[in-house]
Amino acid sequence: MDIRRFRSFKEGVYKYSFAMLAFASLVFLLGIILTLFMQSWQVFSTIPLTDMVFGKHWYPTHEDAAFGMWPLMAGTALVTLGAMFVCVPIGVGTALYIHELAGQRQRAFLKPLIEVLAGVPSIVYGFFGMVIVAPFLQDLLDIPTGLCAFTASLILGIMATPTVASLSEDALSFVPRSFREASLALGANRWQTLTKVVVPAAGSGISTAIILGLGRAVGETMTVLMVAGGAAAIPKGIFDPVRPMTSTIAAEMGEAVMGSLHFSALFAIGLILFLITLGVNVIAEVVSRRFRLKLGLGR
Amino acid sequence: MAPETKISARDVDFYYGRTKALKGISLDIHSKQVTALIGPSGCGKSTFIRLLNRMNDLIPGSKVQGSILMDGLDINHPKTDVVELRRRVGMVFQKPNPFPKSIYDNMAYGLVIGGIRDRDIIEQRVVTSLKKAALYDDVKDRLHDSALMLSGGQQQRLCIARCLVVEPEVILFDEPCASLDPISTRKIEELILELKQDYTIAIVTHNMQQAARVSDYTAFMYLGELVEYDRTERMFTVPKERMTEEYLSGKFG
Repeated sequence: MDIRRFRSFKEGVYKYSFAMLAFASLVFLLGIILTLFMQSWQVFSTIPLTDMVFGKHWYPTHEDAAFGMWPLMAGTALVTLGAMFVCVPIGVGTALYIHELAGQRQRAFLKPLIEVLAGVPSIVYGFFGMVIVAPFLQDLLDIPTGLCAFTASLILGIMATPTVASLSEDALSFVPRSFREASLALGANRWQTLTKVVVPAAGSGISTAIILGLGRAVGETMTVLMVAGGAAAIPKGIFDPVRPMTSTIAAEMGEAVMGSLHFSALFAIGLILFLITLGVNVIAEVVSRRFRLKLGLGR
Repeated sequence: MAPETKISARDVDFYYGRTKALKGISLDIHSKQVTALIGPSGCGKSTFIRLLNRMNDLIPGSKVQGSILMDGLDINHPKTDVVELRRRVGMVFQKPNPFPKSIYDNMAYGLVIGGIRDRDIIEQRVVTSLKKAALYDDVKDRLHDSALMLSGGQQQRLCIARCLVVEPEVILFDEPCASLDPISTRKIEELILELKQDYTIAIVTHNMQQAARVSDYTAFMYLGELVEYDRTERMFTVPKERMTEEYLSGKFG
């Protein structure tokens, strides 16, 4: 009897200690959300939301300070969009090549290589962009500065490529072999099978990959801080320097006086960024769930 | 008195890498007859029929020797047009494998990739084939719903209909009822007997009774070899080989 009770006590201890670990991340998440709201409350209660979101001037340290985030959001949008033009074709193209054309040997080294690319620290990308790519583009394109939205897009795009390539390749390989067999047995060639059966079947999986790549580009800080140029003005073109939201926080957090309106405004940027990436992740999750349903892999 | 030969295999060997999966198979498949291939798992029966539409091409490191002729066409000749071959030799797989598209798009697929654009022709051939596969009445009101909404048996009949739409001469069935319930199985078997009038059929089955019910000829294979090949009623009543008799009476399997 005693042993039995001891056993059930032991099982209870295991169960609850693992449950605690599992819920720890939830606690962190709640803590972060709470902090973001509390710290940004000051600026939200002082400045009207529309002035902040649509305000065209970001002069946080000016005598009569302005906290218009429009230029920062435009910077983020521009750089992210540019990055998408780089990472979507390269990433999806890579996935298609690895999946369809590469032999087993090529696949065996290409896939891990891409994952290594994903593991390069972002500061290294930033350094590379600042020291090599920016001067090169400045000379090549004859632009006033190489540190601009274009360079940032390029580097960010390269950084997001492994995410897109790797997840797209996963999506392609989740397509059951039986679909390919059915298509080939009906007299389709490889190209038709790929474009008419495999890619449509993997379509929402590839979309998920692209959305997560986008999330990576939106949230990236170090690289854009180093190569985007840092001008908090609404960009008129792709070769203008910009200051995306993430790099604004990173650049200004050190000098902002704790408890000041500026300090609070930076938290507000953080909150907005958080909401954007949350939205991106939710969309990715919804799309990928539909993907599994479509392939009949259970709900 | 013997019906004419559609496909003639002579001394066919097949290798998966270094493993020899088929050993000197010689076998004639007769026109507009049902030929069943039976034998325990791993005997090479699926491997054999997958040679007839060159589905084994997809397996890296595989190799085939010997000759397989269909109406005089050397199936394994490097210059043989595989796309054309597969249009003439259709295949239905073990697990129903409709595409994640609508019923109509599943049916139209074979025509569209074959370059047929005329919508009226496509629609007409889709309907005809669905009727031939005894599926039309089940699906006529939901042709544009996803094919994955159908039951397993209906999905398999859709796969048969999808195969008919490109008007093949030969249909290969690779254990088509393996994942189906008895009622759906019976419908597929009735369908096979129906289709026999217009098509040459080869069916792989692990179910001896099924072979007895649907086939005119039966080939018994064991460990990559063809043990016995004869008319079905003769094979099931007076088998020549002792091994065939033992297998048919359930002594091993």
